[in-house]
Amino acid sequence: MAHANAIPAFDDPDDRPGMLTANEEDETWATLTRTWDEGSGLWAWLRSTNHKSISRRYIVTAIVFFMLGGIEAGMMRVQLSRPENSYIGPDLYNQIFTMHGSTMMFLFAVPVMEAVGLYFVPLMIGTRNVAFPRLNALGYWMYLFGGVLLYVSFFYNTGPDAGWFAYVPLAGPAYSPGKRLDIWAQMITFTEIAALIGAVEIVTTVFKQRAPGMSLNRIPLFVWAMLVSSFMIIFALPAIVVSSSMLAMDRLIDTHFFNPAEGGDALLWQHLFWFFGHPEVYIIFIPALGMISSIIETFTRRRIFGYPAMVLSLISTAFLGFGLWVHHMFATPLPQLGQSFFTAASAAIAIPTGVQIFCWIATIWSGRPRFTTSFLFVIGFFLLFTIGGLSGVMIASIPFDLQAHDTFFVVAHLHYVLLGGAVFPLFAAFYYWFPKLTGRMLSERAGRWNFWLFFIGMNVTFFPMHLLGLHGMPRRIYTYLPEMGWGNLNMISTIGAVIIIASVCVFLGNVWISLRRGVPAGDNPWDASTLEWATSSPPPSFNHLFIPVVEGRDPLWDARDGELAVVTGLRTDRHEGLLTSVMDAEPEHRYEFKGPTILPLILAVFGGGCIVLAIFTPWGVTLGAIAAFIILTCWFWPTISPDYDTPRTR
Amino acid sequence: MTVPLQSALDPGGPKAAAILHLGWFLLITAIVAYVLVTVALLYALRRATHRPAAFDDSDFDEPNRERGRVRWVAAAVAATGLLLLLFIFVDVTTARSLGSPAVGEPLRIDVVGHQWWWEVKYPDSANPQNIVETANEIHVPVGRTVSIKMTSSDVIHSFWAPNLDGKKDLIPGHETRTWFRADSAGVYRGQCAEFCGHEHAKMAFFIVAEPPTQFEHWLESQRSGAATPTDSLAQQGERVFLSGSCAMCHAISGTSAGSNFGPDLTHLASRRTIAAGTLPNDASNLAGWIIDPQIIKPGVKMPPHHLDPGSLQALLAYLATLK
Repeated sequence: MAHANAIPAFDDPDDRPGMLTANEEDETWATLTRTWDEGSGLWAWLRSTNHKSISRRYIVTAIVFFMLGGIEAGMMRVQLSRPENSYIGPDLYNQIFTMHGSTMMFLFAVPVMEAVGLYFVPLMIGTRNVAFPRLNALGYWMYLFGGVLLYVSFFYNTGPDAGWFAYVPLAGPAYSPGKRLDIWAQMITFTEIAALIGAVEIVTTVFKQRAPGMSLNRIPLFVWAMLVSSFMIIFALPAIVVSSSMLAMDRLIDTHFFNPAEGGDALLWQHLFWFFGHPEVYIIFIPALGMISSIIETFTRRRIFGYPAMVLSLISTAFLGFGLWVHHMFATPLPQLGQSFFTAASAAIAIPTGVQIFCWIATIWSGRPRFTTSFLFVIGFFLLFTIGGLSGVMIASIPFDLQAHDTFFVVAHLHYVLLGGAVFPLFAAFYYWFPKLTGRMLSERAGRWNFWLFFIGMNVTFFPMHLLGLHGMPRRIYTYLPEMGWGNLNMISTIGAVIIIASVCVFLGNVWISLRRGVPAGDNPWDASTLEWATSSPPPSFNHLFIPVVEGRDPLWDARDGELAVVTGLRTDRHEGLLTSVMDAEPEHRYEFKGPTILPLILAVFGGGCIVLAIFTPWGVTLGAIAAFIILTCWFWPTISPDYDTPRTR
Repeated sequence: MTVPLQSALDPGGPKAAAILHLGWFLLITAIVAYVLVTVALLYALRRATHRPAAFDDSDFDEPNRERGRVRWVAAAVAATGLLLLLFIFVDVTTARSLGSPAVGEPLRIDVVGHQWWWEVKYPDSANPQNIVETANEIHVPVGRTVSIKMTSSDVIHSFWAPNLDGKKDLIPGHETRTWFRADSAGVYRGQCAEFCGHEHAKMAFFIVAEPPTQFEHWLESQRSGAATPTDSLAQQGERVFLSGSCAMCHAISGTSAGSNFGPDLTHLASRRTIAAGTLPNDASNLAGWIIDPQIIKPGVKMPPHHLDPGSLQALLAYLATLK
């Protein structure tokens, strides 16, 4: 192999000049453990820059927000269960549905996908940490503070109440006085920063840190999905950065970007918001597709059929995802011919999605599935997501959308897409990767209850909404008159919500009990093929004892008869990793990861504090810039290891 | 189950009918596609359970099998593509047919959205002064095309009467247009479909489709000013209206009340509902509404009024004369 000169990498076990003895391995393990140890206690926890500990927090925080969003959904369902219900008034209801949407989109779906990616991408590509460990920590803190800001405000009756889409002029200073919408805009600022950080981490890590031999055509599909999704974040988020900043300025310093009376335009917001908002759906959905690929491969014990087609589908979905935003705006006065292009694009995106579904079916066709809970959730994904996808094609039609738009039909559609297309895959991924995360298996029996309750509850809740929408029930109404005839279907829908809540309780109970009494998992309980299963469960702080060398798309299956070839010669007494080339993953450099530090937290506290201050005074921006400058100067102060270039002999 | 008051599934005019027609096409196509995918999945699952459990690459090395699967997948993708082309063709054809109204001189109506009610005007092209103004109730002649020009005075609203037509947004700073035609007489309910703040849920309107002669009669009666009250109670009520806070927001033509912040009340008594389709228009509801609208529609711009019983009775008597 060409790269064997740079760093000894052995691809054939028989060619090894000498196997490492067990003693040497133990020694390496001990040194690495010492080097990568971050200590224990609160201080160490706050300073941690290990991608696994940060991702664990990320995942747990996102699940907490998922439950908060779910409680809000439950409250809405109670309010709507019968006509003229007086459980919640309009002021609170409007806050609750805004909180539900904002939480689920900004504080749950995108962060949890990134968190799973930040945990597993380094493990799957065989590296020791993400590219910029400190930045990664900053991303988590920003996300946490954004979420806390939103919920603290909500509990003080200052929750935003103009919808997660915050259409102007309703969200502007004239029609939403007070601080509710400023808090929303700044929560967006926090999550923007966090999402962009996660995306940059993943792109850099995937491009430069793959194990030798893992050329682009050997990357696991989940990693491809995270890469594509991260690129989408990098291109989509600037639109919301611009629009939320313009909204904040309109509200704080009397600019008139969106004020028609002063030459601004209310429709500008919609273009900017949906130019972000539609890709956002795919930012959530594409990682889920990657999870499905991983799980199907493992549980059918077959390589995914049509790998190149799968990768190209992911990429074309990402491109098309940027050309759909106007289908949220069919009722606005845009030229009909122009709108038709967006219909065509919205329909066209069904093709790459279809390609993937057909390839998965072909994979199952040739394999032999094991019906684990994880796999059941994947089947649930097929059955539910396809409904959402097809109703999506229906509302891509302009005339039909003009009836369905902003009604419960769309509520049904989007929940089939997001629960079916993202939450079901997430549950599947959770059952699949929980053993790796914790070292213990989740109970399969409870898992089946979890699945069936969710599957039934989901259909009972959301299927009737299709009909409600066609029967004229608009979205975002806090009540309706008895004579509208919507009472029965709404009651059914509320009962479904109770079933979903029961399912989530089973899930939480399962996690709680399995953490304590679950069956120990071992390294590779599912006999899966990707590198995260080559290390212990949970993985040690340095991930893999040696950086593996990859010879195919499914390293652990390819290496079935022998052991995985590995890279030796990397230093173990500091945080050293291997940089490889973008295309072929040939070793290029050694690289030292930054170690734990408190600086990300300090920057998040002061920078974030100034973002909050900017809700009240523009001086927050100035102070924030100064604080960030000082902290970043410390952050980037060059520290050169004295022995950086000293070769060490083993 | 009661029949829904407003429904896209029960068209009363050509536009809603064409959309429903399209909807059935879309639904049937979607169901066929769904069944095909599900059957393929279930068949794959069932077939697959008969295979050896262990990982086995040999299947993939068999070129015939591999080629067979490639063919199946390619065929499925091609079928998806063709179906989508058909979809786009049907969609664009329908959209084109709905784009412009049919022949005939349309009736022009202007609608302005307010938080949370609908201002409705019938302009007279011959005499711009001769304008009919009403609120939350749109009378139209059966069989005649109605052309609606819309804007908003505050935030974005969306005009939607599903039995007659799809939605069209009312956007401040923009003028939007739509048209519809009611082919059978009847009362069609509609409501705001774009979230517009607190009382978005209670921002409904009615479209009353009547035979042309009846419509002309209605328009003529609306064009006249308010009737001057004759009995003393109603006269006292008029004084309550004009001297109290009512006149600060509402207009009654023929009197000194000319503010257009709230709905025009010149022919209040001729309307079916009050509070934008929220309550039937009768004396007791009206009394409750005047005393404290915030109970019925929390957040509504109309403040509570502390009237003594005598004044309230008089005011109600006066409002009842505004036919």
